Amino acid sequence: MSFFVDKNGYYGQFGGAFIPELLYPNIKELEDNYLKILESDSFKKEFKELLDNYVGRPTPLYLAKRLSKKYGAKVYLKREDLNHTGAHKINNTIGQILVAKQLGKKRIIAETGAGQHGVATATVCALMDLECIVFMGEVDIKRQAPNVARMKMLGATVVPAKSGSKTLKDATNEAIRDWIGNPEDTYYLIGSVVGPHPYPDMVARLQSIISKEIKEQLLVQTGNENPDMIIACVGGGSNAAGAFYHYLDTKNVQLIAVEAAGLGVHSGQSAATSQLGDVGVLHGSKTILMQDKYGQVIEPYSISAGLDYPGIGPLHAFLHERERAVFMNATDQEALDAAYELTKIEGIIPALESAHALAVLPKMKFTTGQVVVVNLSGRGDKDLETYITHLKDE
Amino acid sequence: MSKLTSLFSEKQHNLLSVFFTAGFPKLNDTEQIIKNLESNGVDFIEVGLPYSDPLADGPTIQHSSSVALENGMNLDIIFSQLEALKDSVKTPLVLMGYLNQILKYGESKFCQKCKDCGIETVIIPDLPMIEYENHYQQLFTNYGISNVFLITPQTSEERIRKIDKITNAFIYVVASASITGAKGEISEKQMAYFERIQKMNLKSTLIVGFGISNKSTFNTACKYMNGAIIGSAFINFLQEKGVAEIPSFVTEIIE
Ligand SMILES: Cc1ncc(COP(=O)(O)O)c(C=O)c1O
Repeated sequence: MSFFVDKNGYYGQFGGAFIPELLYPNIKELEDNYLKILESDSFKKEFKELLDNYVGRPTPLYLAKRLSKKYGAKVYLKREDLNHTGAHKINNTIGQILVAKQLGKKRIIAETGAGQHGVATATVCALMDLECIVFMGEVDIKRQAPNVARMKMLGATVVPAKSGSKTLKDATNEAIRDWIGNPEDTYYLIGSVVGPHPYPDMVARLQSIISKEIKEQLLVQTGNENPDMIIACVGGGSNAAGAFYHYLDTKNVQLIAVEAAGLGVHSGQSAATSQLGDVGVLHGSKTILMQDKYGQVIEPYSISAGLDYPGIGPLHAFLHERERAVFMNATDQEALDAAYELTKIEGIIPALESAHALAVLPKMKFTTGQVVVVNLSGRGDKDLETYITHLKDE
Repeated sequence: MSKLTSLFSEKQHNLLSVFFTAGFPKLNDTEQIIKNLESNGVDFIEVGLPYSDPLADGPTIQHSSSVALENGMNLDIIFSQLEALKDSVKTPLVLMGYLNQILKYGESKFCQKCKDCGIETVIIPDLPMIEYENHYQQLFTNYGISNVFLITPQTSEERIRKIDKITNAFIYVVASASITGAKGEISEKQMAYFERIQKMNLKSTLIVGFGISNKSTFNTACKYMNGAIIGSAFINFLQEKGVAEIPSFVTEIIE
């Protein structure tokens, strides 16, 4: 069985491109060109140069000794938090901005939840001198204020999404609507492994640098390129897709995807899509999503704006269905506790999203010597206000 | 022959269609809206199934959908409202909804319900042609349902010809590259696009939608095409004037 996208844009029953006819030419153009561009020598060269010298790759793979001691395994942190702009998101935006340039697009639109993708998009647009418009839910604009300010400073226009739950799903709807209205000069720079084919595959390929480096670094540090387990949080699923990518066919590497359980999986205030959702179509892709009896999308909840999404990418829906990945979850409180712990014992303040991945460590039964990689997808600067507020209650 | 096909065989010019969102402004307005539109000369009616995430719709239809959902509207209620009208309403009804609603409801169950209500035509904006051909064409045909396809200024000639071949309802000519919403006048550029489509000599009936809002835009569209659909402008009207005033809205356009 292959876990990679098939020629029709599907992962098993998941994926496809469920888009209004209005977007057909845009998607077709991208589908016809993305592999050609990604596999061209000029793209590879420019992508690598920017990742090395602008983003700061490779990011370290750090053996967290005190964390390891506490949990009885060798816990490595893949330090995506050390990337320029503070998260894995920039791997994708660097790649896609080169694609957009190759396609001759002049205007870049993006959706954002936590603001990390918005910042990463605004950054590459500044770098490439392209117009940038970021759609962001009104609720998220309030809870991620520092990132809104950063985007504006970078020259982007931030447009509040005022429909629906006013969070990531609605920002995505607004970006798609804008693209419908501007089909010729505009490139939609999507931020995760979601959306119509070829986006999930393209974003996974661009993020796959994460697992490529993990392999090389583990080989040097342990003599074996395969860990026993990789843990990553899943909003749409791009950092997880990147961390899993080169291990998808290596069955003895366990893949753990961690979703946000909010106030508890069954509290009615959760974003644990794989536990609460079922098959449907969201943002142009057939996947698993949270919906009611009539197919109306349910508004998710998580303390973390980057995980507050009612679906998961089609690759993850497939990994879940085929049990290639184990889907776990962490509540708001568990994530906060994990963030405070990492800060105190390793001196690293993680993003709230990444803290969800760390939060499953106490739930695992490790055997000594087991090698575990946690993908630390981002840093916590944007979440300081939340951390400080909740620290008072601790 | 479907009701829509026989309508098109009798009338080829100035076809007026009106779109409304079921459950807006009030949950039980469906009957009164349909009967009012019918008795004032609307040729066929589009019934919108309110959806939480209507990707191809602008603020007006988004708003009417949220209100309808808050009013408690759902597919079971719509179907029971439409079934009750089956014998009294002669005007062809077209259902417009998003694919996820149909998936979740059950595709066969949805088709059976359409059949029970006398619905023979559906518009599913996020069902692409390839998915239709691979997974829905046979099913819809079994239940006597025709699917309407959209074309836009960006749709290639080759694709338009293909759509013309596989459709047995009408072609929905999207007036400009945009989501739904009432707009001002029809531009020169749009007229050139209409003319280009007109000259293709397609077999299908051509109905313009998205941005048709009043007598003037309706008349312009009808110069090139067989008819036009008014959606957001009607919803705005319902919001401001209410269901009882519908006759004035329709006569204003077809006078
Ligand atoms: C640091 C960080 N991690 C994870 C995510 C979740 O996205 P994904 O699941 O696509 O990796 C985000 C999204 O904003 C993020 O900022």
